[in-house]
Amino acid sequence: MAELNSPGSMHQEKLAGRTQQIFFSAVESDRLAPPHAIDVDFDKCCEIDAENLRAREVNSKIAELMREGYGTITVLNPGAKHSLGVGILNRLNLNFEGSLGYFGCGLSDGPNIRVAGRVGWSCAENMMSGTIVIEKNAGSTFGAAIRGGDLVCKGDVGSRTGIDMKGGTIIVGGRTGAFSGFMMQRGRMIVLGDAGPNLGDSMYDGLIYVGGEIAGLGVDAIDAEMTDLECSWIERKLAMYGLEAPNGVANMRKIESGKQLWNYDSLEPTEKKLVL
Amino acid sequence: MEKVTKISDKLKDSTTEREKEIGQHIGYRYDVNLVPDYSRLTSFLKEYIEFMGWDDLNWLEDVHLGYEEGKPAVFDRNINGWVQVPSDLELPDDQQDRDMVARELLVKFQCSEEHPMVELNAEYGKVKPPSAD
Repeated sequence: MAELNSPGSMHQEKLAGRTQQIFFSAVESDRLAPPHAIDVDFDKCCEIDAENLRAREVNSKIAELMREGYGTITVLNPGAKHSLGVGILNRLNLNFEGSLGYFGCGLSDGPNIRVAGRVGWSCAENMMSGTIVIEKNAGSTFGAAIRGGDLVCKGDVGSRTGIDMKGGTIIVGGRTGAFSGFMMQRGRMIVLGDAGPNLGDSMYDGLIYVGGEIAGLGVDAIDAEMTDLECSWIERKLAMYGLEAPNGVANMRKIESGKQLWNYDSLEPTEKKLVL
Repeated sequence: MEKVTKISDKLKDSTTEREKEIGQHIGYRYDVNLVPDYSRLTSFLKEYIEFMGWDDLNWLEDVHLGYEEGKPAVFDRNINGWVQVPSDLELPDDQQDRDMVARELLVKFQCSEEHPMVELNAEYGKVKPPSAD
């Protein structure tokens, strides 16, 4: 068995907490987009008819139009195809005039997307930034593992909304299913309707605001007190998407982590095995 | 610089026995749940928001001024590392204002040619930057 930190072992560095941090020196630029960003014009508009195209062809067409400078793209007849509008790492206005299937708009980093219909499972998975607005209902694992941006569903959503979310804001205009906010680590979730059982189960951090009834809190999810700053922030956020808390923002319930499940260890799993 | 020293002292005091024992931080060194106060938005951030076509700070709402190794720094998720605040930068007293400084600094860093993502993108990016065509 290899010895820890011996030459040729799997770890050459000493795991001493802070020494693992990597620091960079700030270099500033007056640009508003990264050097590799595609220059698009929001006033340059075009349409794609997706009826006879496969999902990959639709996504390729979107990328091609962006490279031509189109900043507002409308996709007609998306036909609930899976994985549409994924991997867009640029500013863009993208409209889907219909419904999407599974894994729609995943890995987004920057675009403003509007879906006129419904979406299936795992919409906006791993979203990094931008806005995604669903006008009707959404399936389960809505916004799974999102890290940033605003994800809005004006209707109801399924279970495990915002599972493993690490940032950003998820807004649900209607109800949300069981285990919403399961293992969330950061970010904010605003539910204007009712929430299913086990809300915020095993959440590490982050905040959940609920306007309706909560069927039950999960492990280590506790009630907290709302601040004036949070009330004004929620009101501002909801107004951006034409939404309103049914009983007023001040009467919403705020849920946060009780932090009783926080367990940290300085050893990596592989090292633990060596020690044990 | 005096304010930076104060932050360092504050962090030293906030290290718990458990943190000393395991040699790493427990949780964040700042309030990750602090929502932004939009009355403190800087003119650069307003310009950035408008350019991106957003109505608020969007992903930058999750960016705060952190403190690592006793120094003020902002975490850049794209490179999984901390970007140190220049030592000559005078930090405001209020955390909300400091967060705005951190957001501005991070955007400017990410948009600079020196950002590590530029090199990574040139080497491994599926879509080459327009200048490479």
